[in-house]
Amino acid sequence: MLAAGLNGSHLREGELQLQVQNVNLSFGGVNALLDVSLHAYQGQILAIIGPNGAGKTSLLNCISGLYHPQAGSILFHNGATADLTKLPPHAIARLGIARSFQNIELFRRMTVLDNLMLGCHVHMKTGVLENLVYWGRSQREEVEFRRHVEDIIDLLEIEAIRRKPVGALAYGLQKRVELGRALALRPALLLLDEPMAGMNAEEKEDMARFILDVNEEHGVSIVLIEHDMGVVMDISDRVVVLDFGAKIAEGAPAEVRADPAVISAYLGQER
Amino acid sequence: MESGIFHTTYQRDMALRHTPAQWVRLALVVAAALAFPFAANNYWLTLANQIGIAAIGAIGLNILVGFTGQISLGQGAFLAVGAYSAGILTKQLGIPWYASTVLACLITAGVGAVFGMPALRLKGLYLAIATLAAQEIIEWGILQWEPITRLTGGVEAMNVPRPTLFGVRMNTDFNFYWVTLLCLALTVILAVNLFRTRTGRAFVAIRDQDIAAEVMGVDLFRYKVLAFAVSSAFVGLAGALTAHYRTIISWERFTLETSILYLAMIIIGGLGSVSGSIYGAAFMTLLPAILQNLGRSLGGTVPNIAQQIPFLQQGVFGLVIILFLVFEPEGIAKMWRNVKDYFRLWPFSY
Repeated sequence: MLAAGLNGSHLREGELQLQVQNVNLSFGGVNALLDVSLHAYQGQILAIIGPNGAGKTSLLNCISGLYHPQAGSILFHNGATADLTKLPPHAIARLGIARSFQNIELFRRMTVLDNLMLGCHVHMKTGVLENLVYWGRSQREEVEFRRHVEDIIDLLEIEAIRRKPVGALAYGLQKRVELGRALALRPALLLLDEPMAGMNAEEKEDMARFILDVNEEHGVSIVLIEHDMGVVMDISDRVVVLDFGAKIAEGAPAEVRADPAVISAYLGQER
Repeated sequence: MESGIFHTTYQRDMALRHTPAQWVRLALVVAAALAFPFAANNYWLTLANQIGIAAIGAIGLNILVGFTGQISLGQGAFLAVGAYSAGILTKQLGIPWYASTVLACLITAGVGAVFGMPALRLKGLYLAIATLAAQEIIEWGILQWEPITRLTGGVEAMNVPRPTLFGVRMNTDFNFYWVTLLCLALTVILAVNLFRTRTGRAFVAIRDQDIAAEVMGVDLFRYKVLAFAVSSAFVGLAGALTAHYRTIISWERFTLETSILYLAMIIIGGLGSVSGSIYGAAFMTLLPAILQNLGRSLGGTVPNIAQQIPFLQQGVFGLVIILFLVFEPEGIAKMWRNVKDYFRLWPFSY
């Protein structure tokens, strides 16, 4: 049985949830991440910013297990502690880490509903034989998780498109569905890779509101990558800045904005 | 036709059929299937059995290729595993034909799972070559490998005892029709259920976007192997039915050409569609029969056409596949959906 709510974390507000420690990642001669360390806390929104190619997505890929760093550890606390660098992606999902992708990676020929239901995969228990027969436990499970998914559909205001194949939807809606799929996993930690890229001002406002809803009302911790500085400064609790694979600044939005190292990374140095 | 339907429970909303019209359509299909053998002659019954068995195999292949996106050229070999295991179990161990059919499904599922393991690392064309290897290895095993040829008879055709039920000989066209129909109905129900629940959704997710599926918690290796196993179980069923229906198993039925024929079936019928698999199987079974009859009836007016038919058949097969790929890549299933969509609003199509 799935507990109510969207937050899968067992921690209390403000407790240390994610510890990235001295992570090094290189592809051949290119150092994507150089000795990066950062902390994320339960219930907070942590923004990772930096110029293109700074290693933001690489860091997210390390956390979700798609890349395995050559050195360093990524500890995730949720009751028990696990080192994410040693786990495959599907095991990391089981721990309660969900994510969205920079270039939407939805299941294009599945409906919105099925995309969200797939998000519940790790919580569902039935096996292939029960699924083949359907009647009984399999059907009960479908109904149970359908309820959970309908709550998310309600939250994200996508009722009208729930039966549509995702590939036929507008870009902004697809981004929203991808957030929904990640939420369906009932995440303890939600990783969002540029949730507002390519959106117009109105869509960005909507998305910012959904992210804040998820964080404030449901208490889900979020790590997000975003290029829109207005959004980052508005919604995040803390900001980490990466440049050429290394962390150059960390702190509250206002501190980071005033940091000379950050300004020089974005704008270059005055001669 | 479909307006004014309000579901008040999720069970109702998740049901496969919502309107009385849909139930009527299903009832008509069932009634037609039940009445068919009493109206048809042996020629048509043979064709119906062929179509039914091919449809089971095509649904199996479609689970793997159309739904999970793992291409397979090993269909012929998996059919052979099903046929030969059923034959050996019944002939050598005296297991009743229905029990050996069930066991053959399990054996084929196991063999399929083993040959599906490369799918973890291989995709697309590379996986196609790996499954081609499965086809060749199994072919070699059944024809040449001493411990197995002792059971299969190698290149010699293998005779299987006639299936009987309560003393009634089952492999007449009329009697076996009921076996085929039952197995096909079961296969359809199981496959449809699979794809409205957890495992089937994971299969489709792997097809559409495997990395996202893995990040959402789907264990790719497990589910790819599982897809091979489930698919092969149905393919094994088709193989076992062939063995008991024909009571003679010969290798020529299970070559690479068969693998490709089945791929053509699911492409023409509709990839990722259970009903499409049946349409495709019917189409590919009926096409040669129609061409043959056409040749026979034209024999009087066009000299020598009868000799040309086998060659013509190959050409028409190729042509039909190309035409489908160009004009309706989603196959007959999609054409049927278009018809239904048209009549949904008919006669007020605005």
